[in-house]
Amino acid sequence: MTRRLGWFLGAGLLVALLLAGVVSNFASASPDGLDHAARAGCTLDGSGEITGGVCMALGETGHELAGSPFADYGVAGLSGVVGVLVTFAVGSGLVRLATGRRARQ
Amino acid sequence: METQAMHIANGIVDGPVSALFIVVAVAALAVCARRARAGLEDRLAPMAGLVAAFIFAAQMLNFPIAAGISGHLLGGALAAILVGPWLGALCVATVLVVQALLFADGGLTAIGLNVVNMAVVATGAGFLVAAALLRVLPRTPAGLGLAAFIASVVSVVAAAEGFVLQYALGGTTALPFAEVATLMAGTHLLIGIGEGLIAAVTVATVARVRPDLVHALRRSAPAPTIGAAA
Repeated sequence: MTRRLGWFLGAGLLVALLLAGVVSNFASASPDGLDHAARAGCTLDGSGEITGGVCMALGETGHELAGSPFADYGVAGLSGVVGVLVTFAVGSGLVRLATGRRARQ
Repeated sequence: METQAMHIANGIVDGPVSALFIVVAVAALAVCARRARAGLEDRLAPMAGLVAAFIFAAQMLNFPIAAGISGHLLGGALAAILVGPWLGALCVATVLVVQALLFADGGLTAIGLNVVNMAVVATGAGFLVAAALLRVLPRTPAGLGLAAFIASVVSVVAAAEGFVLQYALGGTTALPFAEVATLMAGTHLLIGIGEGLIAAVTVATVARVRPDLVHALRRSAPAPTIGAAA
């Protein structure tokens, strides 16, 4: 890895960390397009619980790992930072593995 | 602030169809890994990690698209432009797996559905549109940005309709297919515009700083120079 690429990677990671750790706190809390479609057809109460009607979300079952500490990005700010670092590590590691990259000369 | 889950949850699509899409996803990613191997350079592994990390971060930034509805970047077109379609699909799939395992976002049984829509369909559609546009657009940061914008819009709507197809095949609730298709297309057209703006700024910035790192700006796969020290 050249020194200049190191700078680019470092700067890019810093931007990602700031977006996920800080800017994400200002993101819209409204349901996204998919979630909105999943609830279309149902009536909801103030807390978002389904009270009637037919919608896709009626079929929804819980997540296998709903009890994990970071479930639903639980820890504000920290979740984003952890996610960026883990994704970077897993991404570069998996790509190295999956593509069977030759050992560095 | 509570961040919403953003990917397909368990139980929306039935077991057999979910299982089928896990098989499709694994097969598609295997093809991607094999094809990515051919063009892999020393620097591309950390670059792929950075693209995945950036997409993870950008997916957390829900922007409002209409009253009470938000959207977030999916990242397929962005990944395809920066690291190519094969590596790009692997990057988006990495994001989805980390989100499902670490953040309980996107059901584990639904992982195949999510990977096919966002890693395979969105990245593939984004790549095809961007590649076609870059035959006529100038290979400048502005031209690349415009290509990224249009490719993103198409890729997001394509991914949304991928879900509609999956729901038509194995939806567990009885909703009219056309209604779901129209609703998903409408919201995701708006989400695609938001994603397009983010992707355009991102690729134009990288093209200005390090054009050599932008896959879409290489005229063809660079032949390895024998003897050139990395």
